[in-house]
Amino acid sequence: DQVLHVVPDTYQQVQHLQHLCSTLLLDLWKPLLPEDIWAGEDVHIRVPAPLVQEAKDSLDQHMISYKVLIPDVQELVEQSMPNERSSNRQTPEGYVYTQYHAMEEIYQWMTEIQKSNSELVTRHYLGKTAENRSMYYLQISQPSDKTKKIIWMDCGIHAREWISPAFCQWFVKEILQNYKSDPRIKRFLENLDLYVLPVLNIDGYIYSWEKERLWRKNRSPHMNGTCYGTDLNRNFNSSWGSVGVSYNCSSEIFCGSGPESEPETRAVAQFIERKKSDILCYLTIHSYGQYILTPYGSTTNPPSNSKELMDVGEKAAAALMEKYGTSYQVGSTSLILYSNSGSSRDWAHTIGIPFSYTFELRDKGTHGFVLPPAQIQPTCEETM
Amino acid sequence: DIADVGHKYHLELELEDILNKDSNVNCTAEVLYHLGNKALPPDVQFTIDGELKNTDEADNVFYNRIKSREKELVAENIPDSHGNMSPEMEPIHLLAWAASGYVIWQNSTENTNFQLAQIKRVKQVKRSDEYLEFDYLVLLHEMVSQEIIPWQMTVLWHPQHGVQVTQNSLQPKHSLE
Repeated sequence: DQVLHVVPDTYQQVQHLQHLCSTLLLDLWKPLLPEDIWAGEDVHIRVPAPLVQEAKDSLDQHMISYKVLIPDVQELVEQSMPNERSSNRQTPEGYVYTQYHAMEEIYQWMTEIQKSNSELVTRHYLGKTAENRSMYYLQISQPSDKTKKIIWMDCGIHAREWISPAFCQWFVKEILQNYKSDPRIKRFLENLDLYVLPVLNIDGYIYSWEKERLWRKNRSPHMNGTCYGTDLNRNFNSSWGSVGVSYNCSSEIFCGSGPESEPETRAVAQFIERKKSDILCYLTIHSYGQYILTPYGSTTNPPSNSKELMDVGEKAAAALMEKYGTSYQVGSTSLILYSNSGSSRDWAHTIGIPFSYTFELRDKGTHGFVLPPAQIQPTCEETM
Repeated sequence: DIADVGHKYHLELELEDILNKDSNVNCTAEVLYHLGNKALPPDVQFTIDGELKNTDEADNVFYNRIKSREKELVAENIPDSHGNMSPEMEPIHLLAWAASGYVIWQNSTENTNFQLAQIKRVKQVKRSDEYLEFDYLVLLHEMVSQEIIPWQMTVLWHPQHGVQVTQNSLQPKHSLE
């Protein structure tokens, strides 16, 4: 439904407006009654959605100019009643996807999401973190008799990149809200299972909420508790410890005491290793920078399916740009960003997963890690 | 590659005005990174194709607002953890951004990529003259090392005389608490 703002200039136009309102049974917001419409005075009319085009055509035919005052009445209604959104059937009551959530809330959300979508969603235990917290992933799977290929997506490997877990939650919500009505999503789920890990580095994420907003690593203790944290994205077993790392715990890119030294890394690696023959695509979500990164970080030698990886990546960037004009750069980490070894994306590719990408979400540094909540929706919508 | 001198880059860029999305301006620049470990800041030459937007009105509004305060301005965590910033703090943030640009320039090499991550603390310093002075503790994010680097800057500003960083120094990591 739209609300149009019209100012009739002549008596003839006033008459036409009055005629339009009564024949189409339009909802006059201002003035109260059609007989109070005067030339030169503001008129506000709510037009039901199916009649919008007809009403506009009629105004055009009579050379009556108008402006769209409210382009979507329903949206406005929903915004003013946050707990009564009509779209909360599939998702927990009042969960606000356009705000950042603390880990406790995300744990609760995972439980709720499974409960209210039990035909599609199951929550699975993955392992424990350094501080002994439980890691869970969500499996979105349409019951079927054929084995389906898997797309894995993890978020929040680096604690301070809050937009990343926000995106994982958004993604799950979008799929669950639209799988019945959106033919593309329907087709995806007929052929693919989605595995989503909303927060990989749980301890780090909590630490960035409670103690230090810009923390990056996990919280494993080193040197008798005088230094904390391994960079989980330098800890995987792909050319571990060779380039773009530090062997010093005090560095943000400390690669740990050995490949897969961290419980979080092991939990993810062991699972993916087990399922690798069915995993088609490995996605890991970071911020910031606006990149779609392909293997490898540890060498500039291209992976065997480099052309395919780039093709798909570029199609993704183009689709993303269509939404809000946001531009993403596509390419291998070592060529367009910097060298690094031990990344989860490189490792996934070396064990045989053909499509492996790191997404660096908004922005390009203006806000960096501290992306304002107003950007959660557009970032998630375009990335979707 | 300039033998015995360093590496020179020729750049063609578009300057985007964050506050006025339609007024982009083309710019060409030459950046020379010096060889050797003297840690000299890179030489920068640039020309702007066109004019930058006039900001007199907004500058004066901000200037008068600060001048008319009874107590010196003090603030922390701009933006806050969630990315929020009050409208009053926007010019303070923009000033920090401009000033940190100078600090970043002075400390850049071919292997660094700095961004201003957050203002940790800002304190206005009382002055008897017409200038405004702010003492900032900012956090710079360096992309390659992924480090968060606390940096202190003393910033002078006046609507007609622009921004000046009169003092700046790297701070130890633990100065964050």
